[in-house]
Amino acid sequence: MAAVYGPENGGRERDTSKPGAFPYTRGIHPQMYRERLWTMRQFSGFATPEETNRRYHYLLRQGQTGLSVAFDLPTLMGYDADDPNAMGEVGKCGVSVSSLEDMETLFRGIPLSEVTVSMTINSPAAVIWAMYLVVAEQQGADWTRISGTIQNDILKEYIAQKEYIYPPRPSMRLVTDTIEFGAAHLPKFNPISISGYHIREAGSTAVQELAFTLRDGIEYVEWALARGLAVDDFAGRLSFFFNAHNEFFEEIAKYRAARRMWARIMRERFGARHERSLKLRFHTQTAGCSLTWQQPYNNVVRTTLQALAAVLGGTQSLHTNSLDEAYALPSERAATLALRTQQVIAYESGVTATADPLGGSYFVERLTDEIEDAAQEYIRRIDAMGGMIPAIERGYPQREIAEASYEYQRSLETGERKIVGVNAFAEREEQPVELLQIDEAAARQQEEKLSALRKRRSNVRVASALDALRRAAEGTENTMPFILEAIRAYATVGEICGALADVFGRYREEAAS
Amino acid sequence: MGLSWLRPAAVICMDDRIRVLIAKPGLDGHDRGAKVIARALRDAGMEVIYTGLRQTPEMIVNAALQEDVQVIGLSILSGAHNAIVPRVMELLRGNGLSDVVVVVGGIIPDEDAAQLKNQGVAAVFQPGASLEEIVQFIRSSAKQAA
Repeated sequence: MAAVYGPENGGRERDTSKPGAFPYTRGIHPQMYRERLWTMRQFSGFATPEETNRRYHYLLRQGQTGLSVAFDLPTLMGYDADDPNAMGEVGKCGVSVSSLEDMETLFRGIPLSEVTVSMTINSPAAVIWAMYLVVAEQQGADWTRISGTIQNDILKEYIAQKEYIYPPRPSMRLVTDTIEFGAAHLPKFNPISISGYHIREAGSTAVQELAFTLRDGIEYVEWALARGLAVDDFAGRLSFFFNAHNEFFEEIAKYRAARRMWARIMRERFGARHERSLKLRFHTQTAGCSLTWQQPYNNVVRTTLQALAAVLGGTQSLHTNSLDEAYALPSERAATLALRTQQVIAYESGVTATADPLGGSYFVERLTDEIEDAAQEYIRRIDAMGGMIPAIERGYPQREIAEASYEYQRSLETGERKIVGVNAFAEREEQPVELLQIDEAAARQQEEKLSALRKRRSNVRVASALDALRRAAEGTENTMPFILEAIRAYATVGEICGALADVFGRYREEAAS
Repeated sequence: MGLSWLRPAAVICMDDRIRVLIAKPGLDGHDRGAKVIARALRDAGMEVIYTGLRQTPEMIVNAALQEDVQVIGLSILSGAHNAIVPRVMELLRGNGLSDVVVVVGGIIPDEDAAQLKNQGVAAVFQPGASLEEIVQFIRSSAKQAA
């Protein structure tokens, strides 16, 4: 990095694009936040659907503008709350949802025709989405008008977060089923949120986060095209999700490079014509892995800077982490402060008054170019391996990330990189934060509800719906209508994911470290 | 300077290497910490066996038995430690492995950490613990146990 940037080293595309114009380096809208603020979407979920529903009502009353569901690990892994594999985990990392009944409770009193909902669910995404669509239907909401997002990005699970059930290829088939189903029936719903967030949390660099995410995006487009969809029929509904880490300008440059690269990929590589297909829309979450256990109130400051980077980088929606999240899921008080952080940036700081205020900065423009070039090199390398699935199978992105995370830890140990309160300015520990406690009562309640449901529903209808789903999975039909039928019969997440696993098998990673 | 900050102080004969099992129990897939620790212990001259993800307490104790390890490191970030760790400790005792040093790393609140120590866990490393601290602890406790 140079001490000063000027016309001689200030970036090759400076001053050549406008916000709202190709290649959208400076933002996807001409007016950006003057027209409309980003959606304040705090990721939230814990214990039972009843408790989480109360938290959602509270957050909406506090001025949050969208919902984002955090599911617990059993749900994320396709196990019911009463499965032996769920022992000790029910409701701990998010809300427990095993059946349509749980989903009905989760959104009780929340009009899905008005509130947009993002759901962080991957391997069982089609199942959870089907539940959501049935609840919307019950509420009388029109599928063609509801809007929201399912994460549904399975590739980054193999790369980083490791919450997979089936092997990569059948998983990609399920993702393609949802993209196809969405293109036909849900024109305003994002069937996927292609995520760099988790790649970064696993320890990648900013460049790796960007490169692997865009290459994953290319893979999804290729699968949808192979299914016979026209690129402009689905590309406009692909959405993205990035991390906001500590290095302020690097993060801003990353978002700018992401938009420019995706616009060119869509136009040049895939021949997309619609403007909407070229625009990279993204959600941002501040970096969970940057939160410290030591001096937890410093996390508020960290999160503020990260959130500001996301806003200056042109995000469409934002989650700000709570100060207590290195300890536990956020308490109500901490979650409120996190939301207030966004509101201060939005309403007090004045940064929303101009589109891309950093555009034309010699330094930011140069950094944008450098990040683009380095990410492009990774994409070339993965193309040469035959795409992301072969790259994953040979452990390439996983190894690159492991290297980077070890290097990051090393830089902390040697003191090259400073984290305030951890390896610099450390104090004797104080733990003033009150924490959210989740006891085993949530698990018992979920088990009891499931056991009553299994007695009440028509188990004949469940069994025949699951049989039909297995047959569809063995063939090439779109599985979504079969999953919807199973959900309407009140088949559970565990039963539906189990039926698909009967056909697809379960994936196991080689224990390389 | 490479990774000299973790290298063993003296050359250790291969046979004397401390053997450590790093295990990731429960449904959580966040293995960044487990992998960094596994590598740091290796760089410090130890023999490290990493189990991979989603190991049951039975699988972990079985691996400890098979691999004849002196130390087990459990990485748990999901809040399921109160269900998982006591089961591991019980199985270790049942299999005559009470002398194996068990350390736990992850998001473990102070109260729970104290509880786990009462059950025989030698150390709990919370977020922000340094690799050096962990390496030193494992080295000295494995030596005492030997």
